Amino acid sequence: MLKIENLHASINGKEILKGVNLTVRDGEVHAIMGLNGAGKSTLSNVIVGHPSYEVTEGSITWDGKDLLALKPEERAHEGIFLSFQQPVEIPGVSMVNFMRAALGAKRKYQGLEPLPAPDFLKLMREKRAVVELDSKLTSRSVNEGFSGGEKKRGEIFQMAMLEPKLAILDETDSGLDVDALRTVAEGFNKLRRPETSAIVITHYQRLLDYLKPDVVHVLIDGRIVKTAGPELAAEIESHGFDWIIKGLSL
Amino acid sequence: MEATKQYIDFFGEVRDVLAARSCSEMNARREDALKVFAEQGFPSRKVERYRYANVEADFSPNYGIQLSPLGQKLPPYCFRLSEADPRVRVLYNNVADEADSIVALNTMLAVDTLVVHVPRGTKVEHPIQVGNVLAGSQDTMVSRRLLIVMEELSEADIIITDRAASQNRFLTNQVVEVVMGDGSHLNLYDIEETHLLCTRYGSTFVRQGRNSSLHHTALTLFNGHTRNRLDVLLQGEGSEVTLGGCVIADKMQHVDNNTLIDHQAPGCTSSELYKYVLDDNAVGAFAGRVLVREGAQKTSSQETNANLLATRTARIYTQPMLEIYADDVRCSHGSTVGQMDEAALFYMRQRGISEAEARLLLKAAFITEVIETIPLHSLRDRLHVLVDKRLRGELSKCEGCKLCGPPLTPP
Ligand SMILES: Nc1ncnc2c1ncn2[C@@H]1O[C@H](COP(=O)(O)OP(=O)(O)OP(=O)(O)O)[C@@H](O)[C@H]1O
Ligand SMILES: [Mg+2]
Repeated sequence: MLKIENLHASINGKEILKGVNLTVRDGEVHAIMGLNGAGKSTLSNVIVGHPSYEVTEGSITWDGKDLLALKPEERAHEGIFLSFQQPVEIPGVSMVNFMRAALGAKRKYQGLEPLPAPDFLKLMREKRAVVELDSKLTSRSVNEGFSGGEKKRGEIFQMAMLEPKLAILDETDSGLDVDALRTVAEGFNKLRRPETSAIVITHYQRLLDYLKPDVVHVLIDGRIVKTAGPELAAEIESHGFDWIIKGLSL
Repeated sequence: MEATKQYIDFFGEVRDVLAARSCSEMNARREDALKVFAEQGFPSRKVERYRYANVEADFSPNYGIQLSPLGQKLPPYCFRLSEADPRVRVLYNNVADEADSIVALNTMLAVDTLVVHVPRGTKVEHPIQVGNVLAGSQDTMVSRRLLIVMEELSEADIIITDRAASQNRFLTNQVVEVVMGDGSHLNLYDIEETHLLCTRYGSTFVRQGRNSSLHHTALTLFNGHTRNRLDVLLQGEGSEVTLGGCVIADKMQHVDNNTLIDHQAPGCTSSELYKYVLDDNAVGAFAGRVLVREGAQKTSSQETNANLLATRTARIYTQPMLEIYADDVRCSHGSTVGQMDEAALFYMRQRGISEAEARLLLKAAFITEVIETIPLHSLRDRLHVLVDKRLRGELSKCEGCKLCGPPLTPP
């Protein structure tokens, strides 16, 4: 279970998160929507420990552990995965070596030996198939020259390899064409186990139609200002955020 | 001055020993070399091509000077100069820059020359491995000399390795002369993997004939102080040269590469890529001059020096130079200096890769580009492993290393 309480965070001295409260129980899917610049990516980055952000107040616990005390890689080993809004290109590091290093590190943390090479490659093939990721892409450098959509598909492939307990999808739908979105969303559903939870950040309802969130939150100006059921996504899709913001100022 | 005198005096003492142990071609050149060396002494920083070296200091310590001939067993296609084909023997000291006093010092003191001779039209299947192992219990200076002759239409891969088997101070002064006949094709690898107490001066001179092609890779995997000079003279029309360079340095290591590509004939192509990864307090220097002479029309040349500085205390001096005296040419040159990509580091850490491992992967990735251009696939694979080990600080000493042939300079 992820529990965020009164989280304040800033970057370069500028406060972006201004008291976020959010609890995600095992198996739940939470959607977060909100205007550009509201702080959604900031929240994801703070959860995974991006060093540019400073947490000035509040706490995040993960299964009771103080998440803020852990290094980014330890948070990953604890089962937290972020599908980045803008995945980074790493020329010269092959996707295969990258995944081998990532999986090896996780297994070491769990006290397991690295997977033997044939098993690892078999796993790569299986997981690639789930999101229909072209083998040409995994034989290249990490994200290098990938199209926008290919990068997003690649993120879900990596998620499949690492089998996280909490997946944060930051606008994974942006850049995907309609068919790719279905493949990736259905792939995600296939990969989920009953206890896997997710935070899904999106501007559109389409992805949520597949992922079926339990709860939808609206994040405005660094705070969660509204929380409701899946029907909220549809309302936002047709009416935007104005009515919510107006309600706030009353 | 003091050091210069020491070497001159030493030469005076061993002149007769050298004459007795060596062959006429080499002995005939010693006195002229002495003149050059005595006139110039060790080059100061005012000498353009030694701007980043501290030569006098490097040669000052008291070394036992090795005057032993080559070992008995030589790799295939390899000969002692005295036993080489007479047409090859006359090429000794014909390619090297005689006005360079470090080269002159080598000409004064070298006892033997290892000749690699590939006859006309011969395609050598297996790479020729010239393994040098510095060994012994004393601080030692070695004057190593090679002459590579590729006759017309011949092809070969030659791997020269420089390693050290004992923890003494070593000073190597290596001169390699390469003559490439028309249509010949050579892949030459010069790999240093020594230790912090080793100082190396390497000078390589190449003369290329028509339609010949050279792929040269200079790798400094581990060293103390290294200064490499590489001059390639494109004398025959339509010749091609590719220079790759890879430097990994940390602690107080110092690596200086100084190259010249001299386009003397029309229609030649050159490309050069040197990459440095510098950590801790390491210092790197790269000076690469591309000279396109009058009449060298249709020259195509591309030169890049790219550097990754992993700390704020590592330093690089980079100086790509392009001089053009012809009008119909396509040339570019440049250099870059960058730090670790923080976004990439974080991305990897989010996937569970530790910061140290992520840094290592980025460094290896930076170097990969050069290694991937190496024509010899088996060496490429081997080098990926070596680079990885080097970055992990676990370079094994000699054991099980396939790069390492039989030692040529016995203790
Ligand atoms: N380095 C920085 N310095 C100052 N402000 C920053 C910095 N990085 C981000 N911000 C600001 O933080 C705010 C929140 O950005 P964030 O990326 O979290 O928004 P978001 O909700 O994810 O928006 P979007 O929907 O466009 O992805 C923005 O106003 C942004 O300009
Ligand atoms: Mg965002």
